[in-house]
Amino acid sequence: MAESLPSPLRLLVRQVGYQNRKFRRVPVAAFFTLAFPLIFLLLFGTIYGDGEIFARGHLMKFTQFYAPGLAVFTAVSATYTNIGISTAIDRDEGILRRVRSTPLPRWVYLGGVVTSGVSIALVGALIMLFVGIGLYGVEVNVGGLPAAATTFLVGTGSFAMLGLALAALAPSGQSSPALANATILPVAFVSDVFIPIGDAPGWLRFIGNVLPLKPFVEAFSNAFDPFQAGSMWDLTLLVRIGAWGMFGALVAAWRFRWDPSVGSAGRRRRGPLVRRSQSIS
Amino acid sequence: MPSSSALTVSGLGKSYGDVRAVDGLSFHVEPGEVFALLGPNGAGKSTTVEILEGHRTRDVGTVEVLGCDPELASAAFRDRVGIVLQEVGIERELTVREVVAHYGACYSRCRPVDEVLELVGLDGLGDRRTHQLSGGQKRRIDLALGLIGDPELLFLDEPTTGFDPSARRQAWEMVDGLRTLGTTIVLTSHYMDEVQALADRVLVIAGGRAVAEGTPDELRGSMVRGTSIRTRFPVGAEGTVEGLLGGLSGRARVLGGRLEVRTEEPTADLHRLTTWALDRGLELEDLEVVRPTLEDVYLGLLDDYPESVEDGVAHIGPSDG
Repeated sequence: MAESLPSPLRLLVRQVGYQNRKFRRVPVAAFFTLAFPLIFLLLFGTIYGDGEIFARGHLMKFTQFYAPGLAVFTAVSATYTNIGISTAIDRDEGILRRVRSTPLPRWVYLGGVVTSGVSIALVGALIMLFVGIGLYGVEVNVGGLPAAATTFLVGTGSFAMLGLALAALAPSGQSSPALANATILPVAFVSDVFIPIGDAPGWLRFIGNVLPLKPFVEAFSNAFDPFQAGSMWDLTLLVRIGAWGMFGALVAAWRFRWDPSVGSAGRRRRGPLVRRSQSIS
Repeated sequence: MPSSSALTVSGLGKSYGDVRAVDGLSFHVEPGEVFALLGPNGAGKSTTVEILEGHRTRDVGTVEVLGCDPELASAAFRDRVGIVLQEVGIERELTVREVVAHYGACYSRCRPVDEVLELVGLDGLGDRRTHQLSGGQKRRIDLALGLIGDPELLFLDEPTTGFDPSARRQAWEMVDGLRTLGTTIVLTSHYMDEVQALADRVLVIAGGRAVAEGTPDELRGSMVRGTSIRTRFPVGAEGTVEGLLGGLSGRARVLGGRLEVRTEEPTADLHRLTTWALDRGLELEDLEVVRPTLEDVYLGLLDDYPESVEDGVAHIGPSDG
């Protein structure tokens, strides 16, 4: 047996392609992840037109405020929400159990899931930004783009870890969509995604600041702030996002399960207790 | 001795809380052999196989699979073992070929995808999405995924549970075909006929313990000795049956409204039974005298098991060591 196992890097590349293909084959999921936040941008753009909004200490165009925030929201849907839901469902369907019986290293599988989520997030965010720039003249602070790209990587990586943590904590695949949405939607409302949080009561702003979405939106939006110039590096924000990512990774490492939950859909193939032979009557 | 075996288990035990799922199992499997674990649901078959596959930890005992301890299952171990589990899923939206090719790429010795699809009878269905296949066809994908890495040892956990009779027959032919590839196979089943059709050697387990071991023919030869006398239990005979049972040479039991006597002296016991009925003016409806089937042997083993485990394993035949 001179053959050796394929290299982990090759397997990882394969796994990312496989996960991406799986995503593309479910158009409804792809629609919700990529097109749904885009509809928000189009709605806000149509309703408010060239109207202005007071956000982050300045008066700015509605779409200038919404485009980067919704790009981040798309990225979070593609990582936290999608990974959390699909991994919990794959576990209940016994797909994770199958993976575990192959020589594919577990970290390669999970790495494929995370990298696929990040790549889908990138596509979604770019679509959002290009529509914002092309349709509504959203301004870009080019000097801030390297910091925005770094923020994007740290943010999507961290939310992917939180997605794995969600899958680890979800009691079943069926409950995972409710858990994902019940956690991310309220947080989005206090994180400068759908409305500026600036005028909200202090305690609400505090909650937004403690959670990871607002720092992600803030650090990313810096590159789209027409009142700023320069590289806009903010390490504090990155650390606040990354700390949540670490927390997610720890929870996932602590509670992640590869076997279906007891009583889930996968547990059904059962025959009669013992078959009684039929006598000639 | 253990080094030449494909698989050696000794004193294996596993408990879930107070329930002893596996209680002191020992057996070994030779390379190229088709070995079956036979027992009813809850007998401990799946727990045992999951321990052998490295999917479950054991409490006590030693286990060696292809020279490795499966608890330390490495990628190198998984590379040599094919597993057809119960309760596994397949990516619904991908095609049969995509799934088989993807998992195949994880192995060092990936068989050609088309060859494997043909082997399991899925040729022509490679471009179908997996969710469009029937239950039996999905089970074939499971088998294809177990075989794609050209394993030295293949685990089949209840490969045909839930199949209709013709699908079972086809699955058996498929597994029989694997025998010619020289693959060692460990399968679990609760169907006696399945084990008889496929296995070189059988270990019957119940309540986590070994009840009997041998080739299917040995099981049959040594157990199918007696004759069964069966009848519907006469109405109105309650209370008078004790005297009858004491007088019979065979073992009698009443189950589901039927009386069954398993005996080495069918002529004498039939005479006693009919005399007893005639004396009381009872009609023995559906009376029959039959040689037990292999299935009856199996069920008899399970009935006897609480007694037989006290004497240890009822070793059948001369060949087990």
